[in-house]
Amino acid sequence: MTDSKYFTTTKKGEIFELKAELNSDKKEKKKEAVKKVIASMTVGKDVSALFPDVVNCMQTDNLELKKLVYLYLMNYAKSQPDMAIMAVNTFVKDCEDPNPLIRALAVRTMGCIRVDKITEYLCEPLRKCLKDEDPYVRKTAAVCVAKLHDINAQLVEDQGFLDTLKDLISDSNPMVVANAVAALSEIAESHPNSNLLDLNPQTINKLLTALNECTEWGQIFILDCLANYTPRDDRESQSICERVTPRLSHANSAVVLSAVKVLMKFMEMLPKDLDYYGTLLKKLAPPLVTLLSAEPELQYVALRNINLIVQRRPEILKHEMKVFFVKYNDPIYVKLEKLDIMIRLASQANIAQVLAELKEYATEVDVDFVRKAVRAIGRCAIKVEQSAERCVSTLLDLIQTKVNYVVQEAIVVIKDIFRKYPNKYESVIATLCENLDSLDEPEARAAMIWIVGEYAERIDNADELLESFLEGFHDESTQVQLQLLTAIVKLFLKKPTETQELVQQVLSLATQDSDNPDLRDRGYIYWRLLSTDPVAAKEVVLAEKPLISEETDLIEPTLLEELICHIGTLASVYHKPPSAFVEGSRGVQHKRLPGSAGSGESVDSPDTVSAAGVSEAPPAVIPSQGDLLGDLLNLDLTPPTTSGPPPVPSSGMQMGAMDLLGGGLDSLMGDESEPPPIPLRTDTPQSPQLSHQSPSPPDYSPTELGGDLGGSPAMGAAFGAPPAVMPASFSAPVSGGLDDLFDLGGGVGMPMGAYSPPKTIWLPAMKAKGLEISGTFARRAGVIQMEMTLTNKAMSVMTDFAIQFNRNSFGLAPAGPLQVLTPLSPNQTIEVALPLSTVGPVMKMEPLSNLQVAVKNNIDVFYFSCQYPISMLFVEDGKMERQVFLATWKDIPNDNEAQFQIKDCHLNSDAASNKLQGSNVFTIAKRTVEGQDMLYQSMKLTNGIWVLAELRVQAGNPNYTISLKCRAPEVSQCVFQSYEAILKN
Amino acid sequence: MIGGLFIYNHKGEVLISRVYRDDIGRNAVDAFRVNVIHARQQVRSPVTNIARTSFFHVKRSNIWLAAVTKQNVNATMVFEFLYKMCDVMSAYFGKISEENVKNNFVLIYELLDEILDFGYPQNSETGALKTFITQQGIKSQHHTKEEQSQITSQVTGQIGWRREGIKYRRNELFLDVLESVNLLMSPQGQVLSAHVSGRVVMKSYLSGMPECKFGMNDKIVIDKQGKGGSSEDGGKSGKQSIAIDDCTFHQCVRLSKFDSERSISFIPPDGDYELMRYRTTKDIILPFRVIPLVREVGRTKLEVKVVIKSNFKSSLLAQKIEVRIPTPLNTSGVQLICMKGKAKYKASENAIVWKIKRMAGMKESQISAEIELLPTNDKKKWARPPISMNFEVPFAPSGLKVRYLKVFEPKLNYSDHDVIKWVRYIGRSGIYETRC
Repeated sequence: MTDSKYFTTTKKGEIFELKAELNSDKKEKKKEAVKKVIASMTVGKDVSALFPDVVNCMQTDNLELKKLVYLYLMNYAKSQPDMAIMAVNTFVKDCEDPNPLIRALAVRTMGCIRVDKITEYLCEPLRKCLKDEDPYVRKTAAVCVAKLHDINAQLVEDQGFLDTLKDLISDSNPMVVANAVAALSEIAESHPNSNLLDLNPQTINKLLTALNECTEWGQIFILDCLANYTPRDDRESQSICERVTPRLSHANSAVVLSAVKVLMKFMEMLPKDLDYYGTLLKKLAPPLVTLLSAEPELQYVALRNINLIVQRRPEILKHEMKVFFVKYNDPIYVKLEKLDIMIRLASQANIAQVLAELKEYATEVDVDFVRKAVRAIGRCAIKVEQSAERCVSTLLDLIQTKVNYVVQEAIVVIKDIFRKYPNKYESVIATLCENLDSLDEPEARAAMIWIVGEYAERIDNADELLESFLEGFHDESTQVQLQLLTAIVKLFLKKPTETQELVQQVLSLATQDSDNPDLRDRGYIYWRLLSTDPVAAKEVVLAEKPLISEETDLIEPTLLEELICHIGTLASVYHKPPSAFVEGSRGVQHKRLPGSAGSGESVDSPDTVSAAGVSEAPPAVIPSQGDLLGDLLNLDLTPPTTSGPPPVPSSGMQMGAMDLLGGGLDSLMGDESEPPPIPLRTDTPQSPQLSHQSPSPPDYSPTELGGDLGGSPAMGAAFGAPPAVMPASFSAPVSGGLDDLFDLGGGVGMPMGAYSPPKTIWLPAMKAKGLEISGTFARRAGVIQMEMTLTNKAMSVMTDFAIQFNRNSFGLAPAGPLQVLTPLSPNQTIEVALPLSTVGPVMKMEPLSNLQVAVKNNIDVFYFSCQYPISMLFVEDGKMERQVFLATWKDIPNDNEAQFQIKDCHLNSDAASNKLQGSNVFTIAKRTVEGQDMLYQSMKLTNGIWVLAELRVQAGNPNYTISLKCRAPEVSQCVFQSYEAILKN
Repeated sequence: MIGGLFIYNHKGEVLISRVYRDDIGRNAVDAFRVNVIHARQQVRSPVTNIARTSFFHVKRSNIWLAAVTKQNVNATMVFEFLYKMCDVMSAYFGKISEENVKNNFVLIYELLDEILDFGYPQNSETGALKTFITQQGIKSQHHTKEEQSQITSQVTGQIGWRREGIKYRRNELFLDVLESVNLLMSPQGQVLSAHVSGRVVMKSYLSGMPECKFGMNDKIVIDKQGKGGSSEDGGKSGKQSIAIDDCTFHQCVRLSKFDSERSISFIPPDGDYELMRYRTTKDIILPFRVIPLVREVGRTKLEVKVVIKSNFKSSLLAQKIEVRIPTPLNTSGVQLICMKGKAKYKASENAIVWKIKRMAGMKESQISAEIELLPTNDKKKWARPPISMNFEVPFAPSGLKVRYLKVFEPKLNYSDHDVIKWVRYIGRSGIYETRC
């Protein structure tokens, strides 16, 4: 009787034996043999060789044997398509069997045999079964349509099965309806725009009726399908909600969560002042709480979903904090999720309880959980201001336990608390410092170092503490190194007298002995800042930090909206959109909540989707507006003077120190006659003169740094002066380089010209020690040029010119060196044209066409900013095909359209068109409606962004109207300005 | 939808493998074994994504059930289905063990074919399944035409959980109110959280298609009736009614009727089933109070004293009382004195287990323990897990009372009075913990 014997492996020749048994005359023996075959198949043995023998057993009236043979068929038919045909007859015959169970079995199995030839034979039986008198057969046939569609979608459409399936939604049997809905939903997913599931109030009504009658699983299919519907108005929305709410009392958690999904989605459409809205909110809490008494796996899914729900509608569960308290025996995955939700629900009202709990958790065993609990205490402090003090004292208690990872985690969160409440809890620093030695994790070390640096003025032995970290500088992780560098610079700016040596030490460690570019860069930035302008350095390094916000790990709102539409599904468990883990076309379509994003119409239409996706469009400018200042300081201005070797001390560290103190100064200042080898890009391989230097990349060598230093004699003096004088020199006004920097965008505004605007003064001599620069931009023969006039209004000769741009919106960068071949004598003026490329680093600027430039010569480095006309970026091949234009115009959502008026322009449309064409604005079509000319124009920017324009010119009216459409609507304003400039010139 | 379903033994050997979707290959079977069953650390999530394939798993004793998919399926449904699958298997062959799975593998395949079609769960009520999926494989062939269509209409019908034509000579029903009371108490005796999760379990042996109506002392219903005017037990009912936070019902209960009238009406399945689950948090009778006292004497000794007090009518008896007092890992010896019952130190469980067979209400008892500790240099302090308790009491800690269960069968000639009804209340400890 026991079947487990089939699992025991037998010797060789097994297949042969089985073959004999399968062909036995005795029914019982046959059945035994088939069972053995299935058992072998289960454990992964290849028994496909028995195919014909097994299929021979198919013709039987023993249902159990038949099912076993079918199971075998489903597994192996694909590998033996020709032989699978042998089975077709039996299937077709079985589909006619008087027993509905057999008919259903046949149609169910046939759909699972993924062989094209069989599929063809399936159509007729399937058609009959879809109309079978027995609901059991119909519900099986409904699913079979989905199976067939998966194998051959075209066939299903051609055979009209989709329509039959749609009819089944009106079937009298609820289970047939449910399976038809499931099948249709699946098919619709792979045809996002087919409108297959034509959901209208009538079908919705049918579904809601079936909902009350079908099995728990059927209810889930129907609810999941309902969630895709968008009600026409709030009244319909409310009436559906009313009919769905009873499902919240279902014993099956999946029914409950799917109902929650429908309600969460449709609630968006209800006016908030409606009584029903409040009632609904109240009804949602109890079932969600009940989910937490389910089995742990379901609790986990529920908690992941509650996490989303709480972010979207915190009011639902705000009074239910207690149910999220962690139980000692909860599986770890439940514990961690509960903790997350506890933090989200923490508020002034419940914080005492929450803190008591968290403190308890911090003594548990699981390291991850304990860490998270400690972190949670910190987040409570940040979230609920009134509790901050209690949180800090709780953290201090935890630090006293001396449990290593607890201490480290506590220090990390205390750092955040300091960020949120500066100058409030510094009394605890002493306690923190006691634990310095036990910190072995980078994050904790970095946090501690940050604290020491930030509060250096209050920690007597801050220098000692930081110095102790410095010993093993190169063994630290980058995070710690960077933090240490910053902390020591902070310390130096606060206590310059005692810490000069320390800062020199760290700067040289960072810049000379490290292979890490970030670290080196930061080191150089500080070094230059300190050497050029300590006042600015102070402003930069000790700048007031923005307060950190209370909710740090919220899910991004559009993703959250999408995930709310996927409540209960894997997406809601992973907190990722389906496209992130599902292959192929399924689920790629993004779902949105109705009524959100301001526009009631076209909820799922591709238009809105593409609107949301604008920022992802390939040519868009990089959206993040970084720290301008930091970036400009990041420029690598390679100095020219490399000849006069500075006094070369033997150790690199000392050398750095010398440089910082102006050691290289003399040589730099003096060398005016040196021919200037000017490297323009940071990665240009550089001069051989450097070979005597350390092996670090050429353009980072200390000599150059000295070069920068040389720019400011005052500074050199200040650094050279005895330390006691230092503070005074900080306040002394130093060269204007950085002042300019802070002065960005002020007064440098540049009027736009037509093709090339007239030159304006970019850098007045006053600000640049006698160097005056005026200039403009032009596009000549497809090359963008920066045309500049340099005038030397100083008394001495200027040499060694070099230029660099800051990162900018369109990646403009010099395409070659600045060609100033002869030294510029006093009162001499030269014209230079600098060709530009658009392959440089990109960062979005404000305004978009802003360009920050640094020019250096033998005297100093000067910074200025200017704006270029965007028309300069219009490329020659910017003419779009008419058809493409039409399609693109439609495709770009209306939200992206911008309209402007161009006043006082007296050209007719043809002249305007010609003039614009000169600047690579191409007219694609012209239409005249009631005396008004409409010009359709396109242009393309160097980074591939297309701008489409409709220019309306009315005869006799000097005011033009222009509509611009672009996937990156930010550029519209600039393009309009260019239009104006071109047309009026 | 579900792409495949695998069952493994504790070693990770496949016992059952059924693939429903083309995108799931044989390698999925191995992926789960390698990444989850053979994984070194504790399971960190019941859902695992391996190479863009998602695995859902549950464990029953040492058997693993895993559902596999590559799509964005309804995760809640998958887990519900896996539990249901376990229920169905248990209903057919008892405990889910390697031996039983192997012995019934043909049956399991047959079930999987029936209750999961192309990965979509179908009717999985054992009552219905047992009518046409049988272990003998014979019955199914000898159905008459009427019987066949009766089967199919039951499987697909509105009342999929009950078949027509059931007959009993004695119409009888048993109603069990089973509650588990959960408590988390602070060392100072403050209730941190407490709730009762209860179930109403029914065994019905009723003929025909009876229509039932169930009533309990639900505050909302009683308040409603109170307003209606019948102030017969007005004063009392206020006290005796209970506030139910939330309840869920077996699929036989008409939910829309409950939603609108809060009445519980249904046609019951035959035999055993769970009619409803509920949850209460207000006015819970906590049957026991645990008062811990832990004192550390130096680094090598702990003194623990625990008092338990029973807090219910003295005429009632609690049973199977067990108090579990955790001990530190470095415990070397324990000396115990208890007034009542038996206490033992179980080194393997790191706990003192104190058992009392019976205890009447309004009594108290106590245990004292001296725990010797080995000196350790482990910096980490002992986490002091909470003291937990188990017991069983013959009443419902939530205060729930069954008011009536009426049976109507209009077609057959028996009335509500002819039905013999039994009601029983059992309160058990759920997670009943006191921190120390």
